[in-house]
Amino acid sequence: MGSFRKLGDAVRELVHDGDSVALEGFTHLIPFAAGHEIIRQGRRDLTLIRMTPDLIYDQMIGAGCARKLVFSWGGNPGVGSLHRLRDAVEKQWPNALEIEEHSHAAMANAYAAGASGLPFAVFRGYQGVDLPAVNRNIRFIDCPFTGESLACVPALRPDVAIVHAQKADREGNVLIEGIVGVQKEAVLAARRSLVTVEEVVDDFGARSPNAVILPSWVVTAVAVAPGGARPSYAHGYYSRDNSFYVAWDAIAKDREQFESWMGKHVHDIHRD
Amino acid sequence: MTYTATEMMTIAAARALRDSDVCFVGIGLPSAACNVARLTHAPGITLIYESGTIATRPSVLPLSIGDGELCETALTTVPVPEMFRYWLQGGRITVGFLGGAQVDRFGNLNSTVIGSYERPKVRLPGAGGATEIASSCGRVFIVMRQHARAFVPKLDFLTTLGHGPTGRERRQLGIATAGPTLLVTDLCVLEPEAEGNEFVVAAVHPGVSCEQVRESTGWPVRFSERLRETEPPSARELEVLRDLNLRTAKAHGRAAAE
Repeated sequence: MGSFRKLGDAVRELVHDGDSVALEGFTHLIPFAAGHEIIRQGRRDLTLIRMTPDLIYDQMIGAGCARKLVFSWGGNPGVGSLHRLRDAVEKQWPNALEIEEHSHAAMANAYAAGASGLPFAVFRGYQGVDLPAVNRNIRFIDCPFTGESLACVPALRPDVAIVHAQKADREGNVLIEGIVGVQKEAVLAARRSLVTVEEVVDDFGARSPNAVILPSWVVTAVAVAPGGARPSYAHGYYSRDNSFYVAWDAIAKDREQFESWMGKHVHDIHRD
Repeated sequence: MTYTATEMMTIAAARALRDSDVCFVGIGLPSAACNVARLTHAPGITLIYESGTIATRPSVLPLSIGDGELCETALTTVPVPEMFRYWLQGGRITVGFLGGAQVDRFGNLNSTVIGSYERPKVRLPGAGGATEIASSCGRVFIVMRQHARAFVPKLDFLTTLGHGPTGRERRQLGIATAGPTLLVTDLCVLEPEAEGNEFVVAAVHPGVSCEQVRESTGWPVRFSERLRETEPPSARELEVLRDLNLRTAKAHGRAAAE
């Protein structure tokens, strides 16, 4: 049953050292506030799962939270590299980072398989490329009906999924609008889930009957975190801070500059 | 009218798109080319970004594949698993438009690592949607800046299958789609030969010498017997591209890209 917590309490309760954690949100609704809380609480040895690591995992990796990264596109969109991710992969700073690398199609299918309660996902892909040679979790299976060789990857079943959404109602049901990415699949695939929201409302009001709703009983905890997706965005609330994504390149390039930025903007900030 | 090599590249790439195309758009150079096409000769083109936005009509170029602008101007936005399963894998997309860090003579792409995978010299972003865009779209256009370090005899890592390391693997694997049929650069336009699938220079941009193209290619590049010169950008094409870049720069708060 979705129940309201303060963000700090929710992270303390749901995210433990060594957990596999998926903070999802495809460019849109990236749960930065929750990620920052994980950094502040000093979680270690996490397996971080995310299609596009984005700035949030760059920060968590640079802060030493991660032991392993499962991902499919690790860049700063339209800008360039994720320097903290690169520093961890190329120079093992601040610690070595194991990577399990996929394509977007594979990860999207793997989340859907996890949400569907299946052991693996099957799709047409990975033909004639090098990723299967460096990732043992990419295998091929013959279709029992046609004999066609199809790619398969294990279902993603994170210990915890964390997503950000626009609204929760008083009962803890959650409404997600705009680019909905893989958030619903991630929450339904995970053992526990935390949703941060812009606001709590009495009633969702006028909406499409097909609106994306996470019923309270599939959500472990809801925490109110206004602006919790910044510098990503929340459709209907605030836009993507593209100039910050551009500025991040210089901040993250240098270890000391990164640490001083994190000190000022993450460690010294206390929510709740 | 003067123009830059990047403008020529973007406009030459845009011209390859048709009004009836349903196009899966990669970020960066492909996105610029696709939107120039939509704003000039192909107003009916359907642009799809992997964030799930279908038939989007952005007024500025997105910085990411999931900018709000894409969703707000789209006909509809679907979940990402649906995008990859029903729309891409389901065979609804006629053209995939890609870039990469390295390309070889058979249109295979590397966007994963420079150096070895285990100890990379440069860790690049990785596959993203490209691997399955290249196998599931009807055909693939590639747009990349041309220099010898990017146009290599052998990829450090094969992220995205073109016609295969010897030009034959795609067909041998039984992949039904055409694969890369066009490679547009800031110097020239390359197309694959009918039999061997090796990309040969079909047209050089105005003011570019064959020597320049040779020097900027890491393999002994060949030229078509019917080598053409690319039509220079028209005043209208340049105006549309520059307006788009200006609006984009203003929206993203940085100097206009070329």
